[in-house]
Amino acid sequence: MTPDELLEIAETERESQKRFTHRVNVCLAAGCVSCQSQAVKDALDSDIARRGWGDHCQAKGVGCMGLCSEGPLVSTGVLTGNDRLYKRVAAADAAEILDSIDGAPVSRLRCPTDVPFFQRQKKIVLENSGVIDPERIEDYIAAEGYQALIQALTEMTPREVVEQVMASGLRGRGGAGYPTGLKWSTVAKSFGVQKFVICNADEGDPGAFMDRSVLESDPHRVLEGMLIAAYAVGSSDGYIYVRAEYPLAIKRLRAAIRQAERAGLLGANICGTRFSFKIDLRLGAGAFVCGEETALIASVEGKRGTPRARPPYPAMEGLQGQPTLINNVETFANIAPIIRKGGEWYAQVGTEKSKGTKVFALAGRVQNTGLVEVPMGITLREMVFEIGGGIPDGRKFKAVQTGGPSGGCLPEEVLDQPVDYESLARLGSIMGSGGMIVIDESSCMVDVAKYFMDFCMTESCGKCTPCRVGTYQMHRILSSITEMTATPQDLAMLEEFCDLLKHTSLCGLGQSAPNPVVSTLKSFAAEYKSHIEDHTCPAGVCGKQPGGART
Amino acid sequence: MTPSTGVKTLKIDGRDFSARPDETILDVARENKIFIPRMCELNGLSTVGACRLCLVEVKGSNKLLPSCVTHVEEGMEVTTTSERLTHYRRMIVELLFSERNHVCSVCVSNGHCELQNLAQKLGITHVRFPYRNPKVEVDASHERFVIDHNRCILCTRCVRVCDEIEGAHTWDIMGRGVDAKVITDLNQPWGSSATCTGCGKCVHVCPTGALFEKGRSVAEMEKRRSFLPYLTLMREEHE
Amino acid sequence: MLTFAKPAPPNDDKRWRLVDATMRRHGQQSRGLIEALHTVQEAFGYLDDLSLRYVATSLRVPLSRAYGVATFYHFFTLKPAGKHTCVICTGTACYIKGAPLLLDAIQKDLGVLPGETTPDGKVSFLTARCLGSCGLAPAVVYDQQVAGKVSAQALREHLSQWTRHDA
Repeated sequence: MTPDELLEIAETERESQKRFTHRVNVCLAAGCVSCQSQAVKDALDSDIARRGWGDHCQAKGVGCMGLCSEGPLVSTGVLTGNDRLYKRVAAADAAEILDSIDGAPVSRLRCPTDVPFFQRQKKIVLENSGVIDPERIEDYIAAEGYQALIQALTEMTPREVVEQVMASGLRGRGGAGYPTGLKWSTVAKSFGVQKFVICNADEGDPGAFMDRSVLESDPHRVLEGMLIAAYAVGSSDGYIYVRAEYPLAIKRLRAAIRQAERAGLLGANICGTRFSFKIDLRLGAGAFVCGEETALIASVEGKRGTPRARPPYPAMEGLQGQPTLINNVETFANIAPIIRKGGEWYAQVGTEKSKGTKVFALAGRVQNTGLVEVPMGITLREMVFEIGGGIPDGRKFKAVQTGGPSGGCLPEEVLDQPVDYESLARLGSIMGSGGMIVIDESSCMVDVAKYFMDFCMTESCGKCTPCRVGTYQMHRILSSITEMTATPQDLAMLEEFCDLLKHTSLCGLGQSAPNPVVSTLKSFAAEYKSHIEDHTCPAGVCGKQPGGART
Repeated sequence: MTPSTGVKTLKIDGRDFSARPDETILDVARENKIFIPRMCELNGLSTVGACRLCLVEVKGSNKLLPSCVTHVEEGMEVTTTSERLTHYRRMIVELLFSERNHVCSVCVSNGHCELQNLAQKLGITHVRFPYRNPKVEVDASHERFVIDHNRCILCTRCVRVCDEIEGAHTWDIMGRGVDAKVITDLNQPWGSSATCTGCGKCVHVCPTGALFEKGRSVAEMEKRRSFLPYLTLMREEHE
Repeated sequence: MLTFAKPAPPNDDKRWRLVDATMRRHGQQSRGLIEALHTVQEAFGYLDDLSLRYVATSLRVPLSRAYGVATFYHFFTLKPAGKHTCVICTGTACYIKGAPLLLDAIQKDLGVLPGETTPDGKVSFLTARCLGSCGLAPAVVYDQQVAGKVSAQALREHLSQWTRHDA
């Protein structure tokens, strides 16, 4: 494909879309699909056909619109605007929605969009989510897709691409926040007979579904990010390591790779240049530890996903001993707009050290649950009480958990702190991949800590002693606290284990496994105390909870 | 690794040493009779950095580094023993004891056990947390050897010696986390393994009484390791 | 030089062709082990000694390593699944919103632990780390169909449809 051909596809697609003066978008991402949104789409299709509206009205399957708790979501619009969002739509509502497309909206289904949940967002990664059809490459191209790739290939040197990423200040969205440009530059400068680019789509944090959503809603954006990265670092082979638990994302990725290959955007001599790149999928098989780079590489090589000591870092010695660039889905999804609009444009968003936006999966005891993209630096309070709409059922806020099993629980007192890498780390949590779980007074924080320790214990690969046996011992102590049989000595021992695991474990999983315990010990010490000294659970969860936190 | 030109000089516990750049901190320490505790490392096998007992402090690094896989660097200042390191090492040894069922008084390796020796060296008189006491089996199906999983500490020396020296790869690890276990072939009785050559190397590299020869009674199982440096040396001669 | 002949499939079941195709796509190399196991599980529903041995010898992977890989990843199962499967999500959002109540209900009603199948082979009970359907917490998957905001009552009703004698 040449640049002119790409522009032509974009033009043709835009023309053919103009034909449709009326459009109805139905979310076909996994959240809404599980609320039967496919049936809604089918009903709309057949109703449009029955009315003979096929020439001017189109029902389009699109990606995630964000407010997953109110699905299935449907948006309608006409050329002049008149945009509306409908929630909890059933197949039986199709006729009514089409009847009213030019007139007054169906008030019983109306979902207001002038609320903070929508207004406070800033969309870069999710700019196409809920807008384009993720299963059609033409729709992505019409939305400026693959322009950044062509721009990079035809107008920029690899070094200039790395410079733009450096200028953007983008940091790894997988959790640790390592500067993306620096990583690219290291791989670019490393010597190897071959280099690899791997997209980490093994989204393992419980309570996080940002990557799944991006893959389901806009898969080509991830491919384009990987292509640009491959050009920048000099790689010809790429892998996407994706969770087997995400069948829809896998299906759309496979389709997207096929389409890109057919369009000559993947394969040999892309856009008539000397640059060649191919992408293969590798399915994860249910191991959280494979989010760790060296474990991920072992898994891609068909082995047990156990981490190894670093250095050497994968950027120098990774897959098959060759320099390997590993970034996560959201990181790659940021690349195309950075190249299109420039690193400096991106760096205008966010805080001094945390640039750009971050996608969060907001869930738990909060009014609005779903996917949101916000500028870095927004406060936790804005996230929970404005975007999230506060706590339902008149209950009281207790904590917000970020960073999954490697993160921490943050209390009321710190809600006015900004959401950025440094602030969250200072507060004893981490940015993590973007899961944000709101916890209210009905949850016991010791029980929550036990939940995460159970997770780490079950997900420990078993290679190093502190993590393998330490997580078991910590879980045992936490269980005895929730069963009201622990002593103050047990609590002291728990703190010793926190210190041991943090400083002696081999990889990030073990080193950060104590974080949920440390952060709850710091902010909710009174809850631990009443379990141990008064044998009562202030939240009324422990002791009477049937089945316990077993998984 | 290609031989590099520069010999490095470093300090270990305040003493000056020189080392080749492909040597690890542990290599240099061993050469110079400085004791660093370890369980998974065995001279002659590949290193995995898994037991975490050989962690040392290196000036300028806020992380503790595993000496078995950390290469020497010019000007490095290493501390192999400190109050903090001893505290961590004790806890790790306690964790190893608590993981399965170690009863030294009835063990074939009593008196010759690396875990027991290290516990004594570190002054551990009792384990401060309860044993996990999992139900694990004793497999005596092999004609000459026995594996008692109660005494296994998952150091993976048997897996490595079988793969790297004998070349049979009869052993590997199944499962994960605290439920991990060494297995032969498809997790079948050792005696029924078609790949096992019966060489016994795994038995002799095992640091505890998990792998032993049949017919040995309490405290009778002494491990012979001299074959390992010998085989390694002979292979180097051939190259 | 020693040569390895690729073994013939264990029997004339046509599904081995799918497994062969996956192994060929990965150049009969050991790095294709996990992908091959995925194909076996997709085709046969689970991994057993027969399939592990066939895949291992075809890819020249030691038997113990193949078994080690198959048991490291929780997505793989070494036991055949029941007629129906019920997966309870135990992700954080689901946990906070009542997944423990669902786990308790299913364990009481079916009398099996996570990862087990009822003795009559009707229902397999599994847990998932996170389905990524956190907006719908607590989530349950009934035979591949995700259901959101599930109550213990609704779960029990669904299960009883499966476990009725005539089911």
